[in-house]
Amino acid sequence: MLNFATRRFGLSLLILFVAVTVMFLMIRAVPGDPVQIMLGPRATPELQAQLTAALGLDQPIWKQLLIFYGNLLQGDLGTDVFSGRSVTDIVFQQLPFTLELIFASILWSASLGIALGAYAAAHPNTLIDRITAAISVSFVAAPAFVVALLALLVFAVHLQWFPAIGAGEGFWDRLDHLVLPAFAIGLSWVGYIARLVRASMLEVMGESHVRTARAFGIAERRVVMVYALRIAILPVVTVIGVGMGFLLSSAVFAEIVFARPGLGKLVIDSITTRNYPIVMGSVLISTALFVVSTALADLINALLDPRARTAN
Amino acid sequence: MKKSRSELGQIIVGVARDPLGLMGLIIVGAIVFCAIFAYWIVPYDPIAMDIKSRLQGPSAAHLLGTDQLGRDTFSRVIAGGQVALKVALPAVFGAMAIGLTLGMIAGYGPKWLDNLLMLFFDTIRSFPTVMFALAVVALIGPSLQTVVFVVMATSIPTYGRVARTQTLTLRNSEFILAERSMGASMARILGVHMLPNIIGVLAVLAAMDIPTVIALEAGLSFLGLGVKPPTPSWGALLKDGYSLIRQTPWLVVGGGLPIILATLGFTFLGESLRDVVDPKLRKQR
Repeated sequence: MLNFATRRFGLSLLILFVAVTVMFLMIRAVPGDPVQIMLGPRATPELQAQLTAALGLDQPIWKQLLIFYGNLLQGDLGTDVFSGRSVTDIVFQQLPFTLELIFASILWSASLGIALGAYAAAHPNTLIDRITAAISVSFVAAPAFVVALLALLVFAVHLQWFPAIGAGEGFWDRLDHLVLPAFAIGLSWVGYIARLVRASMLEVMGESHVRTARAFGIAERRVVMVYALRIAILPVVTVIGVGMGFLLSSAVFAEIVFARPGLGKLVIDSITTRNYPIVMGSVLISTALFVVSTALADLINALLDPRARTAN
Repeated sequence: MKKSRSELGQIIVGVARDPLGLMGLIIVGAIVFCAIFAYWIVPYDPIAMDIKSRLQGPSAAHLLGTDQLGRDTFSRVIAGGQVALKVALPAVFGAMAIGLTLGMIAGYGPKWLDNLLMLFFDTIRSFPTVMFALAVVALIGPSLQTVVFVVMATSIPTYGRVARTQTLTLRNSEFILAERSMGASMARILGVHMLPNIIGVLAVLAAMDIPTVIALEAGLSFLGLGVKPPTPSWGALLKDGYSLIRQTPWLVVGGGLPIILATLGFTFLGESLRDVVDPKLRKQR
């Protein structure tokens, strides 16, 4: 197990290293002087020289990369050109809002999806099973930002059931502000997860360890909940881990639509002001988040199902 | 093993027999029809302004009302479909072609090349799609070409990985071994013998990938980072609708419904195609 974990995280680190390097080189490969783009055409030569030196752009590229990695290892993502604040601080100030939103979306969609899927698998061809099937096909397709806009239109602007703007203050207010964005992000996952759990549940119910559990006379309820579901939710763990990229992408849109603070809003605002250090910092952090969550999903898989440790 | 016309016909008949497949076929057919004949369908020029009749609700003259510049929303929806397909088709076909080539090389070539290509795929996949798109747009500026490039770059790994897996399972099959023992070149083995066996699976993937691409284009245009105004994209409609959401609901509805319809249509079609072409794929996704 330890061996598996080491290898898996080694691979993640390698991928992250390549991704960050590619990103770094990509910025440097852009035609035009980044300093000029950031400062605009009317900047004085002294100001340009000052920023060039501050960003280390007067050094050769390999040295820039080394300095960049040196700083990165100390948790330093650079400095915001305009406010002079540390990019790390700015990004980590916004990150909790995004994580809160993603977590809420996973929580509601996975619980509902797993419950629907497990029920549908235990009672195939009943009304609930049919409804679940219909939901999974139609909702899987709905892009989060379109759902977010329609939800905003119907529930915030017209019915005025939920707030349209911001993240809220205090626990209940925050929860109230989470409802619509989390609904928009999670909607397509409910049907997807339900379908996944149903399929894998039907498969697991026929496996030998479930048959053995039944043969030992263990109560059917316990067989389903403990022996079958434990294996059957594995694909969900993987899908959520791998889906972190989609979740982050959906969160970007939900944050814009509902004017919530978060990584997505930070990136968009930084793009319009051409604040490259912040754009790169946010992309880097979200990429790291994605890579780590994929690795974690694999690890959890290996923990819950010993068979996954040897399979490669 | 070239796909004969009757085989293609069988696939279409198979899809049409499945109710969901038929629905997908109809929706996709309608969207493609509207996109091709957009010029003749639209009642108004989609970018012609008419400030006097701005922000109208639906009426006989304007089926879906008008926007803040008096442009006819219905015409913009129809023309928007054209833009969506203009981005989606080249992006998906480009990604498929490159992914297929790289994937087959990874599966058939030497081990070190396989490892290198896999690392390349994993690296691209490690960027969350929209974050990657935003970074690229921030660097090279928004345009239709940028969107096509971003979409292509982010979907190459999916095709590459599937093509690689298929190639790996095929490389030791008897007909390939026979061909190799007769001294066939790698290009011939890959192009003539492997390709026809892999392309079906990838075509299914492509059909299922188109909704993602359409949504990404609309999303970027919604953020103002996709196609430039006044090009009538569904995302641009949503962008206008979002800023005017308290004045008129029709822009959000007009921009949102076609995206959902297109996504549904291509998903139905893709799933039905998959069941007809290769039922085994069902488990891989």
